Amino acid sequence: MGNGTSIGRVRGLGSAHSGAHHWLIQRFTAIGNLFLGGWLLFSLLGLPNYSYITMHDWLAHPLPATLAGLLVLCTVWHARLGMQVLVEDYVHDAGLKFASFAALNLAAFGAGAFGLVCAIRLALGGA
Amino acid sequence: MASAGVSRPKRPLSPHLQIWRWGPAMAVSILHRVTGNGLAVVGIATLLCWLGSLAGGPDSYALFQAQAGTWYGQVVLVGLSWAFFNHAASGIRHFLLDIGAGFELVANARWSVLTPLIAILATAACWAAVWLR
Repeated sequence: MGNGTSIGRVRGLGSAHSGAHHWLIQRFTAIGNLFLGGWLLFSLLGLPNYSYITMHDWLAHPLPATLAGLLVLCTVWHARLGMQVLVEDYVHDAGLKFASFAALNLAAFGAGAFGLVCAIRLALGGA
Repeated sequence: MASAGVSRPKRPLSPHLQIWRWGPAMAVSILHRVTGNGLAVVGIATLLCWLGSLAGGPDSYALFQAQAGTWYGQVVLVGLSWAFFNHAASGIRHFLLDIGAGFELVANARWSVLTPLIAILATAACWAAVWLR
């Protein structure tokens, strides 16, 4: 381990032991998105029309409401991991990178919470 | 050797888009990133608008439906469905590459060309089913 070039400073330190985790979760959520996105697609194609009554009656059932909540959580998690890679690749300033990750995490939690509350409200008859 | 704090000459960076000759695998990789991040921002925003307008009641859903029915609303929805199919198709291609399949030059180029075509066909079929019923 030297203090010269950037590769020289990390050489010999060994693995960070955290690289595969992000990659694996990206795959797990991708599988979830394939099933849940497919469910949304075929459900929408199967509905007779897109009026409020039709949409609401469909989503107010427990299973569609649960799947809609899962769809939001799974896509938001997948999107959060994917956009992290975008920031890592294109944002090189340390402060701006930290701010981007902070904003990304807040947006992901906000989006997930909003989607869940909507699905629960539809299922429990608040709307 | 330069010590810490002393400015070093700029090290060469790894080559980026302007260096490589364009090919199908490169194009499908860039499309995967573009559609993925487009879906992450516009797709999830639209999904939440739709779900939120339904949870808000008939009035807010009527507002969503009116916007979705305009020409720009339809452009966004068709664009999002294309992005979904494209990202899903190249995502499935990634799963196959993950198990070590499809790295031979001919097979790799073939599936790189086919994934965006499959996405365009799926998008066309999907909207034909919606508009022609």
